[in-house]
Amino acid sequence: MNNDSLWTIFLNASLVNNFVLAYFLGICPFLGVSGKLATATRMGGAVCFVMLVSSVCAYGIHRLLVAIDAPYLQLISYIVVIASTVQLVEMFIKKMSPALFRALGIFLPLITTNCAILGLALFQTNKGYDLLQSIVYALGAGGGFTLALVLMAGIREKLELATVPDMVQGTALTLMIAGILSLAFMGFAGVGA
Amino acid sequence: MAGADRNAAGAMSTDDFIKGLWRENPVFVQVLGMCPVLAVSNSAVNALAMGLATTFVLVLSNTLVSALRQFIPRQVRIATFILIIATFVTVVDYLIQAISLELHRALGAFISLIVVNCLILGRAEAFASKNTVARSVLDGLGMGAGFTLGLLCLGGAREILGNGSLFGLALFPAAYQPWIVMILPSGGFFTLALWLLLFNHLKLRRQMRESPGNSPVQEATP
Repeated sequence: MNNDSLWTIFLNASLVNNFVLAYFLGICPFLGVSGKLATATRMGGAVCFVMLVSSVCAYGIHRLLVAIDAPYLQLISYIVVIASTVQLVEMFIKKMSPALFRALGIFLPLITTNCAILGLALFQTNKGYDLLQSIVYALGAGGGFTLALVLMAGIREKLELATVPDMVQGTALTLMIAGILSLAFMGFAGVGA
Repeated sequence: MAGADRNAAGAMSTDDFIKGLWRENPVFVQVLGMCPVLAVSNSAVNALAMGLATTFVLVLSNTLVSALRQFIPRQVRIATFILIIATFVTVVDYLIQAISLELHRALGAFISLIVVNCLILGRAEAFASKNTVARSVLDGLGMGAGFTLGLLCLGGAREILGNGSLFGLALFPAAYQPWIVMILPSGGFFTLALWLLLFNHLKLRRQMRESPGNSPVQEATP
């Protein structure tokens, strides 16, 4: 069991140990969907939702696996839960907002292979969080992911207007900005400790 | 390229292996599976272990996917691939735990996270589900070797600059002031960015040489 207060868990997951900038989880969508601010915000929302649902499910599965003494099934059952949740979100978004569905494109089904979500489920199990702590942890992680994505999208929209040398264009430039953002987030170290 | 022509015949070729090393290098050209690349490349030993573990999973999952490719219905293929991959990752997880507990601790959750490495799913979908077992194994070996190479380039550079050592052996005299930032998360982003810059530079220079009249078009990766 873990006795961290809920506020500490939230701050820790969203700022101090930001999933994208400190743990390097979810880099693919971070590089891929951060071109436009509006898309980035909604992608963040979708990831938050999947995180929340899979976090609750992962908690339940963990209790079940402990009860039947089969820890080796952990990874397999987590990934199945995440894949089904993503499928659900995909159908929901397709029905509610076809425009958003097209904007997110291939990155929507790829939430399944977003390591941030599986990472969240594994970390909360390792840390021994109870149900409420898990939910707060998922909210913090989702919020942190969205924050990083939105910051990056904002910077990249401004960069569209700047002249950049040919050699630096594309992924290299995005990675450099990510490095600087990561440096900036290191300033949060110690907050909420 | 030659590989495409031979697809129909199903013939094996060394090209299946070589392409993963250089032309389609997963790290520097395809920019796939970046999360483990950035996260565990803070020392050369970690990078090598991660590369080998990924290669192991890649080869075995390619083999099984390719062997079962006639039996997997198209609609549920992605879910099946992920289950196959997750099985092998569980195996590798316990294997590393048995070999070296210290290494297992250093790599942490990132061994389990091999499941969601887009590279492995990508090869299963793009190559193994369409080709013979032998070619898929070669492809897995090549891609795995290329991935390990990329990880080593990153891990080596970060360890040399950030710690003044390589594989734990000190390279510089004691007066060397290590660049701590290279071991920190931001160093991972910077190092990868610099490697990509180098590759972009080489690509642009080759284009310039092939067509001296034209200025280099904006061909950098999107």
